[in-house]
Amino acid sequence: MDDDRDDRPDPDALLENLKAEESRAVRARLKIFFGAAPGVGKTYAMLQEARRARVDGDDVVIGVVETHGRPETEELVGDLPMIPRRVIEHRGVRLTELDLDAALAHRPARILIDELAHTNAPGSKHVKRWQDVLELLDAGIDVHTTVNVQHIESLSDVIQQITGVRVRETVPDLLFERADELELVDISPDELLDRLAEGKVYVPEQAQRAVQNFFQKGNLLALRELALRRTAERVDAEVIAYRKQHGISSLWPTADRILVCVGPSPGSERLIRATKRIAEGLHASWGAAHVELLGAPPLGDKDRERVEAHLRLAEALGGEVIRLAGRTVAGAVIEHARQTNVTRIVAGKPTHSRWRDLVRGSLLDTLIRGSGTIEVHVIAPLDEGPPPPASPIPREQPSAWAYGWAVFAVAVATALGMVLADYATIAEVTMLYLIAITVASLAGRGPSLVAASLAVAAFDFCFVPPKYTFAVSDLRYLLTFVAMFAAGLVISTLTTRLRRQERDAVIRERHTAALLAFTRDITVALSPADVAAVTVEHLEASFPVSASVVVPESAPGSAEPGALVAVAGLMPLAPQELGVVRWAFEHKQAAGRGTDTLPGAHILAVPLLSGDDAVGVIAVQAKQDPRRRGGTAVPLIEAIARQAGLALGRVKFAEQAREATVRARTEEMRNALLSAVSHDLRTPLAVITGAATTLRDDEDRLPGAARRELLTQIVDDARRLERVLANLLQLTRVESGLVPNRELIPVEELIGGALTRLEGTIGSWKVDLDVPSDLVVPVDPVLFEQVLINLIDNATKHGAPPIELRARRDGATVVLDVVDHGPGVPPELRSTVFDKFVRASNAPGAGLGLAVVRAIVEAHGGRVRVDSAPGGGARFRVELPAEHPAVRRPAVDELEVLPVRPVHVVRAADPEPGEAPPPGQDSGAGARS
Amino acid sequence: MSTILIVDDDLQLRRFLRTTLAGHGHAVVEAGTVAEAIDAIARVHPAVILLDLGLPDGDGLTLLRRIPPETRPPVIVLSARGQEGDKVTALDAGAEDYLTKPFGASELLARIRVALRRVGGTPTPDVIEVGPIKIDQPRHTVTVSGHEVHLTPIEFRLLLELARHPGRVLTHHQLLREIWGPNAVDEVHYLRVHMGALRRKIEADPARPQWLLTEAGVGYRLREPKPDGPAG
Repeated sequence: MDDDRDDRPDPDALLENLKAEESRAVRARLKIFFGAAPGVGKTYAMLQEARRARVDGDDVVIGVVETHGRPETEELVGDLPMIPRRVIEHRGVRLTELDLDAALAHRPARILIDELAHTNAPGSKHVKRWQDVLELLDAGIDVHTTVNVQHIESLSDVIQQITGVRVRETVPDLLFERADELELVDISPDELLDRLAEGKVYVPEQAQRAVQNFFQKGNLLALRELALRRTAERVDAEVIAYRKQHGISSLWPTADRILVCVGPSPGSERLIRATKRIAEGLHASWGAAHVELLGAPPLGDKDRERVEAHLRLAEALGGEVIRLAGRTVAGAVIEHARQTNVTRIVAGKPTHSRWRDLVRGSLLDTLIRGSGTIEVHVIAPLDEGPPPPASPIPREQPSAWAYGWAVFAVAVATALGMVLADYATIAEVTMLYLIAITVASLAGRGPSLVAASLAVAAFDFCFVPPKYTFAVSDLRYLLTFVAMFAAGLVISTLTTRLRRQERDAVIRERHTAALLAFTRDITVALSPADVAAVTVEHLEASFPVSASVVVPESAPGSAEPGALVAVAGLMPLAPQELGVVRWAFEHKQAAGRGTDTLPGAHILAVPLLSGDDAVGVIAVQAKQDPRRRGGTAVPLIEAIARQAGLALGRVKFAEQAREATVRARTEEMRNALLSAVSHDLRTPLAVITGAATTLRDDEDRLPGAARRELLTQIVDDARRLERVLANLLQLTRVESGLVPNRELIPVEELIGGALTRLEGTIGSWKVDLDVPSDLVVPVDPVLFEQVLINLIDNATKHGAPPIELRARRDGATVVLDVVDHGPGVPPELRSTVFDKFVRASNAPGAGLGLAVVRAIVEAHGGRVRVDSAPGGGARFRVELPAEHPAVRRPAVDELEVLPVRPVHVVRAADPEPGEAPPPGQDSGAGARS
Repeated sequence: MSTILIVDDDLQLRRFLRTTLAGHGHAVVEAGTVAEAIDAIARVHPAVILLDLGLPDGDGLTLLRRIPPETRPPVIVLSARGQEGDKVTALDAGAEDYLTKPFGASELLARIRVALRRVGGTPTPDVIEVGPIKIDQPRHTVTVSGHEVHLTPIEFRLLLELARHPGRVLTHHQLLREIWGPNAVDEVHYLRVHMGALRRKIEADPARPQWLLTEAGVGYRLREPKPDGPAG
């Protein structure tokens, strides 16, 4: 049925198309070059096309093109005619803008306007550039323009969510829809990042930081997807439009369309099913319409639920759900039927008495009279028993106080009347009573009726002659009584209705406010847990309910359906309620109380939908009387569920984008590692292999010096290999979360150990030391020796002697400097020199040494940086916390207090000088020393 | 000269060790597993065992513990850098010393020489000389290059302990137990402070020690003077 409906040319659409085509003929064409981010080459593409058109002899001029000084773009601009920019002085700043009037006067066939989202300088004709574009289009000038996805108004909050950048310059979606042609200019994020790195993307000075945040690969991936999707949607819409336009026109005259009128009466269900059968028989499309009566009191909860159930049924059977509003049911239905070329209307046979028709007018009568050529089918409802009594909105039960108020009001009126009796006529006294009735009606319908009755009685008793009896001397007074009572009745009815509408308005307003607040809070939720928490919080704040958000444990789309687990909310879910939740999740439909599915449950479960996927379920349980879950609340809960579903989807999308970034980064690391390993392990291996084979094969022919040289090479390169491997292992160990095994160690000893191990490398290098002998630091001795070794090794590779090693305590920090006297580290490299696989171009090694240094220092809670030493050279500074809670620092004199074992006089003839180890001790070193 | 048992499952490393040691006149026996090693020990009574800690049928420590201390020849553990914990465990379990892979032949031979000297049962003389350091035990005096240095009792004990095993690593625990007794084995910091003080008295440049060497995370070693030179 759906297909039928889509294929059939919709008269609305045709008409719209005609209009659009007509206006397009005079209104000129808008083409948008559309991109995911700045720098993809929109302007370039636009200019290229302009040049081609120029070659073909088209009248193309440039209105505004921002070349940002890029030579390729400027070259393309070349000799294209240009409308001179208008110069606007604003607070002493000269701004240039599109000269709209000049452009209009010039009347080119096509004008290029870059940056559609631009905000014009103050004092321009329009605030926004897109308004200029609309004016140019209206003047019949074709416009080619460029825009990025982040400037589309309806996407701006999504974009902010993804990129964290608030886009202030937006273009209404209207322009997008109005565009006759959309060209997506697309390059891959990697390529774009390359271009950014090469400085090919224009970045305003003051926006550098924001841009750095913006140009994350994850962001770019997400933006690109948005742009692609947006373009795809448009293409889709174009295809549908085309199909509609060129649709199977032969079907058009014979195609039937049937409309069934649906109300709260249970008979509607039968009408719907009957309509479906008729429609099948006629191969017609059909819809079910419900009319919301304007000015009539709103439907009660029960009735509204039934109407909704009927509409859902219609939808389930393939009908279109149509919600109409009008003063009368018949009027609204006929109007819609005319507009949509409905051929048949199905209505139910009335079940009420003829009297009602006389009073309210008959739906059928009006329908048949007004339907003209439209057939009206009248179907008898089945004998389903009497329709359930209409359930009006639960009336507020007036309190005793309200009745007291009514009595009081009448009493006051009587008293006043008595006082004024001498000056006032009976008519004026009547007025007093009417006032009293009006006042009483504020307290509700009951009190107002009581007041009316009392007023009549009091009036009769006190003022109607003969006074102080209920007897009435003049029959005219009876008329007065009736009038008073009737007035009271009318006033009370009106007041009550007013109050009810007021109450509804308040509820609606509260709901709207709640929804707004929810929407606001949900947009800043950054994780599924946040979304769930915000949802529960708002539901519980807006209604007297407990709520839970339930999501599948495993990611949706995985083979296993996964257990549903509550991620927010404290409401416990019994197994049967979990069943309701699961049903709602699996069928993507609301279930539980107040719905058609499992209505006996205590909870209402509304699925959270993101696109076509259910991503979770909101479970709601009324705290008090479950029957009092207001009918008006359901749409709000559903609205919240929709928003929450979208938000969950969005958050997941953002998470996926983040994961993609992490994956990309990991991938990058792996590649760097592979290339480093293949280079830095293979090169020494090649040397070793080469030298060794030479030695083996040509030993006799080699002079002694050459042999020695080869052997030295083997040893050196083997050491180099060992260093690379050691660093790789160390880095892996620290990065995989190795916890330093801290001990309080004299810095002097650390340096001594490192220098001992470096003896072979630093050889004759002069090392100047300035280390207080009592300076201790809580570090892992093995790891930290590596830090020193790598820093000193680095100094010998890139620096010049002497190397200075300085350490001191500075407050809560121990500062350790390794200074060399070489060329130093250029400032632009200082931030990256500690990164993995970054190395000086000519230096050997995998660029791992300093990365190891940083990893170890950071694992100790310290930091390392490099700057230039006074007098040139590089100064690597390591700062470490001087204290660590896990390491006890003994007082100095404590050291001497520890008892020393008595000196054992050792004699030459004593082969086993040590004592036998105490029992239970490891029979080890003690016995053997 | 003496029989050396190589316990390692890597054939290439065994080949290198065999070639080097045989070239220096040692008899070499090889074992690839704990079981083979135990069998070889019983058969040939090696003078020194070179033991790799990772073996296919158990780790080297099990082998170490299965040889009774009284019949156990000195064991030199072969291990990699970063396994300081394993080294300490092995040393405290009775291993004589360790070698960090990769190692050079000279290092290997020096360790074996030190270990063999102990096997030889050379008694500690009253006066010990290591390089420029001369310790006179009965007189309780120490001279460095002929100049007398004044040591506290603790420093003297520390130096003596190291000098009795020149070239051999002594773990923190071993030193602490020797000097302060079994209750003090965890007070590594005391040891470090006294070691620092001792270095300042013995070494020309305490931050570039030539004799009292630090083995990070393991312990200390007094450098063994090379037969043909003072240091290196």
